[in-house]
Amino acid sequence: MSARFALGACVRAQAAAREGHTRLPAYLRGRIGSIVALRGRYPLADERARGLRDARVEMVYAVQFSLGDHDVVADLWESYLEGPA
Amino acid sequence: MSGVHDHHGSAEMTRRVDALVARLAHRGLVTDAAIAETIESFLTHAKPSNGFRIVARAWSDDAFRARLLDDANAAVAELGIDLSHWAPVTLRVVENTADVHNMIVCTLCSCYPIALLGPSPAWYKSAEYRARAVSEPRAVLAEFGVELPERTRIRVWDSTSEMRYLVLPRRPAGSDGLDEQRLATLVTRNGLIGTALV
Repeated sequence: MSARFALGACVRAQAAAREGHTRLPAYLRGRIGSIVALRGRYPLADERARGLRDARVEMVYAVQFSLGDHDVVADLWESYLEGPA
Repeated sequence: MSGVHDHHGSAEMTRRVDALVARLAHRGLVTDAAIAETIESFLTHAKPSNGFRIVARAWSDDAFRARLLDDANAAVAELGIDLSHWAPVTLRVVENTADVHNMIVCTLCSCYPIALLGPSPAWYKSAEYRARAVSEPRAVLAEFGVELPERTRIRVWDSTSEMRYLVLPRRPAGSDGLDEQRLATLVTRNGLIGTALV
């Protein structure tokens, strides 16, 4: 399975709140950032937290967001991300 | 057991952990001795001098620095530091330059490169640091006594996945000629989190 987003791609963090445990921080929801690194494939934290033995494995991306006078980089699973609107 | 959890607001957590341990011990799944041994082994290996050694080597050996920034797990293994001892984490080292100052936080919980820095300080786990590090990092740094030039961009790494971060501070002026051992004494824990310059 190939990565949906390429290095340098512009992406948007999902705006809608995710149900249950998630590793998508609320302060990044709906924000647009760019992919600065592909981290490799890891079990989706949301599913692993529910104790699922066969948690979905997804590409994790380092996404850089500009928040005014500074940048924040967060490692986000593919299903947390959407193409830019 | 309780000493491990003695920090602000953790009485309830201590109670819950103790109850869980009692249950597991009752079922014969763990013993107090095994837990004590695990913690002892953990704390013996997890210490900030690991981080200091890594930085000192990176300052004195450009080829090592390049490998460290490219594949930190492999590079720290060269120094005999085994990250796989605790959990399958991937280490990323981020380098401070004149243009970029890096800072580490875990806004969702308190992820931290324990293997390289030892147990994290209470302020790192505080709700205040976790919120303000991403909303006003320059003000947070000022409170730590770190004043950066306007042109230095602050980049905050939020540890949201299995990735753990370590800041590679800039080598201080006037440290030419110092050997690795001496260089290691200049490095501080906060410098490796990004809340100090070195």
